[in-house]
Amino acid sequence: MSHILAYDFMRNAALAGTGIALAAGLAGYFVVLRNQVFTSDALGHVAFTSGLGALVGGVQLLAGVFGGTIAVALGMGGLGGRARGRDVAVGTVFAWVLGCGVLFLSLYSRGRSAAGGTAGVSLLFGSILGLRPAQAVTAAAAGVVISALLLLIARPLLFLSVDPDVAAARGVPATALSFGFLVLLGATVAEAVQAVGALLILGLLVMPAATAQRLTARPYLGLALSGVLAVLFVWAGLVLAFYLPYPASFLITTLAFATYLVSRWGWLW
Amino acid sequence: MVDQPSWDLLADLQLLLEFHFMQNALLAGTLVALLAGATGYFIVLRGQSFAAHTLSQVGFPGAAAGILLHLSPALGLIGFCVTAALGIGLRGRGLDAGWRGESAAVGGILAFALAVGLLFFSLYAGSVEAIYAFLFGSILGVTDRDVLVTALTAALALLALAVIGRPLIFASVDPEAAEARGVPVRALALAFLVLVALSVAVAVQIVGTLLVFALLVTPGAAAQRLTPRPGLGLGLSTVLSLLFVWSGLSVAYFSPLPVGFAVTTLAFGTYVLARAR
Repeated sequence: MSHILAYDFMRNAALAGTGIALAAGLAGYFVVLRNQVFTSDALGHVAFTSGLGALVGGVQLLAGVFGGTIAVALGMGGLGGRARGRDVAVGTVFAWVLGCGVLFLSLYSRGRSAAGGTAGVSLLFGSILGLRPAQAVTAAAAGVVISALLLLIARPLLFLSVDPDVAAARGVPATALSFGFLVLLGATVAEAVQAVGALLILGLLVMPAATAQRLTARPYLGLALSGVLAVLFVWAGLVLAFYLPYPASFLITTLAFATYLVSRWGWLW
Repeated sequence: MVDQPSWDLLADLQLLLEFHFMQNALLAGTLVALLAGATGYFIVLRGQSFAAHTLSQVGFPGAAAGILLHLSPALGLIGFCVTAALGIGLRGRGLDAGWRGESAAVGGILAFALAVGLLFFSLYAGSVEAIYAFLFGSILGVTDRDVLVTALTAALALLALAVIGRPLIFASVDPEAAEARGVPVRALALAFLVLVALSVAVAVQIVGTLLVFALLVTPGAAAQRLTPRPGLGLGLSTVLSLLFVWSGLSVAYFSPLPVGFAVTTLAFGTYVLARAR
């Protein structure tokens, strides 16, 4: 282990990865509980487009990703509802958002040749091994802040997610909590883009939580388990990526997916 | 970019068809639009847009596997998409039920499929352009062989759709009554998913894995907003799809905008107008 951590890029990745995974694991538990998997998928697409938009506009990349994703998360809260048939509307909107991403990509890569292309791919599939020290510290700090805020609202949010009607009757501020959670979700997605990329976001956000829900019905235990699992996946993925010639985001996603499959069908063996 | 368009439409058409790559693009685009428009109407009617989304993401590792094994990407696409369609179909209707556990499982499969695609591309050590080509489409690089594969697939799928079209509408609108009248609802559902897989496989060449939703579902969704009659809706969906592809290609040819952006923007704009009506 000390051998691996002797490298700067691995230390940065481990530092950032831990903070990111903790936030993603905790937020993901609520995502699965509140049935917002498609919202998260959609926000991943938004993160890609707003990141490239920031590059085109000359804004700092991370500021663009955070700003864009949180703004759209708020807008989606305004739409509200989880009615069927909405998926066509949401899907159409996000196909277009990705179309805009293509436009930004072509605008950015023009006159910059290779650099633009690489920036796009690392937004899509993550680039945790390429973080600079300052970026790693920022990512870890943001992850800790998001996790702390999630834990702060965990109790009323759990109540609201499990039984919205009773929670509202007991005076839980439902609208404020829903919006607050969407803001945190947007921030988490923007964070996770650095680790696993915009397209693989569900692997880190949803898989640990789905596994945790398979393993325990108790909410706080599940929440903790989800956070721990996410951190473990990222650590194990980073260690494997150090020795194997495969991309880190692929290894993290595969570990998470395999664990979910075992938790789901493990009793068959 | 090559020449400026004018108000003389015939001259514009000549400009468009001047180069071989544009002839191929328009030919392949027309075939894909016909197939996607017709299939898309049924997808929206049956509420299977999420299945279509999943199949299109499976296309990414499929295409990558095709390249890696030195087969054509089109073969890999068709193989992976049809296998996934059979898997979804045989697992029953789990995918489209908005059930909590299932949607988490599907989300995991989506992410995993894209991750496997990334792995294949990194094994292939291909260029960044190759990844983009499959994520966002590469219609301007369609070869003669691709046109042939697309034509055969589209003809086969459209023929099958024509054969099962009537009972499929019946089974989609009122499954119970159709089953009581002896329509093989389950077999139809499976056959239709395979058709969706074929449509996705050919559409990916035009708009790419990530944007296929715009071509496959948007024309159908807009058509359903405009008319409740199935026959008319099916025709409208196909016409809209053709219009999106043709005008998207023309816009991209005469301006610096990418094809994927032009097609999705047209599709999205039309859908918004149809909704606002």
